[in-house]
Amino acid sequence: MTPFDYVRADGPDAAVKQVVARPTAAFLGGGTGLIDLMKLYAERHDLLVDVSRLPMDKVEATEKGVRIGANVRNSDLAYHAAIRTRFPVLSEALLSGASPQLRNMATVGGNLMQRTRCPYFRDGHSACNKRVPKSGCAALDGVNRGHAVLGTSDHCIATHPSDLCVALAILDATVRTTGPKGERTIPFADFHRLPGDTPDRETALDHGELITAVDLPALPWATRSHYLKVRDRASYEFALTSAAVALEIADGVIKQARIALGGVGTKPWRAAEAEKALVGKKPTPEAFAAAGDAALAGAVPRQHNAFKIPLAKRTVARALAAAAAMPG
Amino acid sequence: MSTTAVGKPMDRVDGRLKVTGAARYAAEHDYPNLAHAVLVTSTISKGTIAEVVTAAAVKARGVAAVVTHKNAPKMKVPEPFGGEKPSAGSTTAPVLNTDQVFWFGQPVAIVIAETLEQARHAAQLVRVTYQEQPANLTLDSAGKVTTPKKIMTEATTVEIGHAERALKAATLKVDAVYETPQFNHNAIELHATVAAWDGGKLTVHDTAQFVFGVQADLATRFGLKPADVRALAPLVGGGFGGKGVAWPSTYLAPLAAKVVGRPVKLVLARDQIYGCVGGRPPIRQRVAVAADKDGKLTALIQAGRSATGTTNQFVEQFTFPARHLYACPNIYLTQETIALDTCPPTFMRAPGECPGTFALESALDELSYQLKIDPVRLRQINEPDKDPTTGAPFSNRKYQEALALGAEKFGWNRRTPEPRSMADGRMLVGLGMATATYPVYRMPGSARVAVSADGTAVVQSGCHEMGMGTATAQTQIAADLLGLPVEKVRFELGDTNLPFAMVAGGSSQTISVAAAVSAAVAELKGVVLKLATAGPLEGLKPAAVAVRDGGLYRTDDPASGESFASILQRAGRKSAEAKAEVMPGAEMQKWSMHSYGAQFCEVRVDPDFGTVRVVRFVGAFDVGRVMNAKTARSQFLGGITMGLGMALLEETHRDGRTGRIVNADLAEYMVPVHADVPAIEAYWVGDPDPHTPMGAHGIGEIGITGVAAAVANAVYHATGRRVRRVPITPERLLAAPRDG
Repeated sequence: MTPFDYVRADGPDAAVKQVVARPTAAFLGGGTGLIDLMKLYAERHDLLVDVSRLPMDKVEATEKGVRIGANVRNSDLAYHAAIRTRFPVLSEALLSGASPQLRNMATVGGNLMQRTRCPYFRDGHSACNKRVPKSGCAALDGVNRGHAVLGTSDHCIATHPSDLCVALAILDATVRTTGPKGERTIPFADFHRLPGDTPDRETALDHGELITAVDLPALPWATRSHYLKVRDRASYEFALTSAAVALEIADGVIKQARIALGGVGTKPWRAAEAEKALVGKKPTPEAFAAAGDAALAGAVPRQHNAFKIPLAKRTVARALAAAAAMPG
Repeated sequence: MSTTAVGKPMDRVDGRLKVTGAARYAAEHDYPNLAHAVLVTSTISKGTIAEVVTAAAVKARGVAAVVTHKNAPKMKVPEPFGGEKPSAGSTTAPVLNTDQVFWFGQPVAIVIAETLEQARHAAQLVRVTYQEQPANLTLDSAGKVTTPKKIMTEATTVEIGHAERALKAATLKVDAVYETPQFNHNAIELHATVAAWDGGKLTVHDTAQFVFGVQADLATRFGLKPADVRALAPLVGGGFGGKGVAWPSTYLAPLAAKVVGRPVKLVLARDQIYGCVGGRPPIRQRVAVAADKDGKLTALIQAGRSATGTTNQFVEQFTFPARHLYACPNIYLTQETIALDTCPPTFMRAPGECPGTFALESALDELSYQLKIDPVRLRQINEPDKDPTTGAPFSNRKYQEALALGAEKFGWNRRTPEPRSMADGRMLVGLGMATATYPVYRMPGSARVAVSADGTAVVQSGCHEMGMGTATAQTQIAADLLGLPVEKVRFELGDTNLPFAMVAGGSSQTISVAAAVSAAVAELKGVVLKLATAGPLEGLKPAAVAVRDGGLYRTDDPASGESFASILQRAGRKSAEAKAEVMPGAEMQKWSMHSYGAQFCEVRVDPDFGTVRVVRFVGAFDVGRVMNAKTARSQFLGGITMGLGMALLEETHRDGRTGRIVNADLAEYMVPVHADVPAIEAYWVGDPDPHTPMGAHGIGEIGITGVAAAVANAVYHATGRRVRRVPITPERLLAAPRDG
């Protein structure tokens, strides 16, 4: 990796100032993604500001919702009683990711900033618009089995790899930040950007803007929610396809539905049209299959990833069926 | 010899060292003033280096030197492995002495610095530009196609009867093409070399499966006498064939050390192992089998193409299993290679037998459905009474016993024959089986045995421990040969200062070394007898005494004799030793000598997702006498696990435009994790082979053979979908046409 300075921040404001002062500085959380990428020269920073010890590590559950500190470790969040009972989809998503060792290190804030597994981004050498703007995209006609079919552009087809973010996408989450312009909140749907012609800009954050917490509003029917992940290996593997779903069912009819997909999108992919298609329907296999079709309506395959489209449709349908079978 | 220790599930003699972290592996060796080297590797597959700009790297902090083809000392390229003399030559590419690029990942510069971090950073600052030429990267490319003159010592083509004619005449037959991709070894221990010069003498601590090959290789490259090169590898953290010959890092560390005049440590990064250590080549095979209505084979054809390099002539002998497994009057077997501009391939656990059994045993399974004959029954029907292609008698073939043992332990009789007939709710359940086989190879070996007046013994041979339990098994063998308790015997290995041993490969090491230890013990008898100038052994000839119970005893009066310790003490000697060198005998020409086994697999398949999970696996093996029940079981489990990876997960993905391997790490090149591996059961027949040392066969490789076919056959039984290319990924399974 490129030689860099390391400082441990005294507080969120100091951390922001330290990063703002250096154009290529970065915040360091659990380090499970950033350090790897620096070793691979996919990222280069001359300063790391360690925020992992800042007191942003609480999960505060109230009737109004749950506030999750940015430094909460994945494993702590996954096993938190409020999350397991009120938002099972979130707990399941977290536990389907990485390995216990990694989950013990990785933070919620870091997970929101997780970067793609695209090998052409990570190798530090191939043409990659995400790593080096305007350098091209080696993945478009390269080995692209793992790449996205939703939200892609001619400049980038890199998949967003997070499991947690797919669950957050259906939970009306809000990201709280502090930055050079003060504090603000960002709706989760606006947090990650589509690649378009600037795939190097992945989030709504400004340079030096620090995630402090993620808020989940109360969503009583999220008790009927589920995360389903399909992958080659039974564990320690990114999703080929995944689905986070929640259903409100009353009198045998779907009142509300939430669907988001992982493994197929350039960002955590909320499928609003598919959700709408379910409202007022009976929870039947046919309705769930139709929701799967609707969720993948705009999918664009490349040479090696066309299989993901039918696979994702089935993943959505299976996840919905599993949620419907849960006690409401 | 009484087998007191042999066969017992003895704990590893080095187990405590390993689990406490006290064991020292190659990269853990340190020297005063040691510098760190990092390689810069090519980013094209074929062409010439136009320019290497090193100015920024040379100026970077801590850098001692940057070595390129412009300033590297000249090295002589040794003969490739497999020739007349011992050699560990991996490729004939004159790496770092040429501007030619032969493959993507070839080392083109070495950066040497005070610390690893400084060396890594400076390596990133080296700028290399190329004149690129079109490269041949696939089995269908324009690479040179060759029919090898021989494969190892065997004929490339075997023809008995008229196989094509018999196939044409048959109505019950299968004629299909099977493919296996490139695989890479992925030992957890990275390839590493620590090199230190002392004047004209060189010491290397290397991650080697063949220290004497490394010694010969380095002696040639640097113009030294072999005796002036000492190679050490007493502990290796997994090899699987990937450390069987000297890949560039082994000689670039001494080269770097020579340039900077300091000891140098060179550890490859994981992606560099994909880049400059060969893997198992991609292979495409046609297998055609036909049978009469009773299931007797009437035709067997196996023919195909494996990749090789432009800088070696490695041939993966995938037609070898078909030469020995089944009785058939019409057999045609042949293979060819295509030379690709890739890092040249090499041995990977059961080269030949592993991909060969995938194709052959898949085809037999397909035939069983045509015949409506149970797959186990089909293999009983075609049991030969002599080797089907050489005509030689079998040394001790117990395949049918292994087959029956495996079928019973697995509960094969609960299988219903129709595909898709064993569902469990939504999940499809399938049971499949395949034959495992691996030859008995024996190589030259030598050993030294020393007994001491304190009642202990030291046994030495420059062989290798890569996790298989070599020192443990050899301790048990030597203890029984000497009649000593295992606690009194120490086995030393992995050092060219010890007696010569060949590569730890071909599952040959255990019996090759055991034969030498046995011969050394026989020699020792005469040496010690000469010291017995008084007492019950006085004046006896060696033929009149036997080694037993830690001493020598009269054959005509077994109660009369004396311990080694007693003889030595009386003679005023601290110890006595003997050495022996043993060449393999003519047994391999006289007998058909192979190990056999039967692999049984149960899978559960999600029909919507195409995901396959193996829920049960049973392997039953005929491997002669087992030396250590514990380490043997581990070998079988390891082989089967590696086979599960081959069946379902592993594949080296190469970008067809550049030759870059895009999944060169353990996250993206998927090996099985714990959750992918069910409880595996391993059993063995255990009947000693009368024609091998100790009655044993090597067991390191047979475990992987047949596994991929057993999985593919179980997947077919579950789904009615035949996948003829591994790994069986969701997309391949869902795309395969469905029968039934």
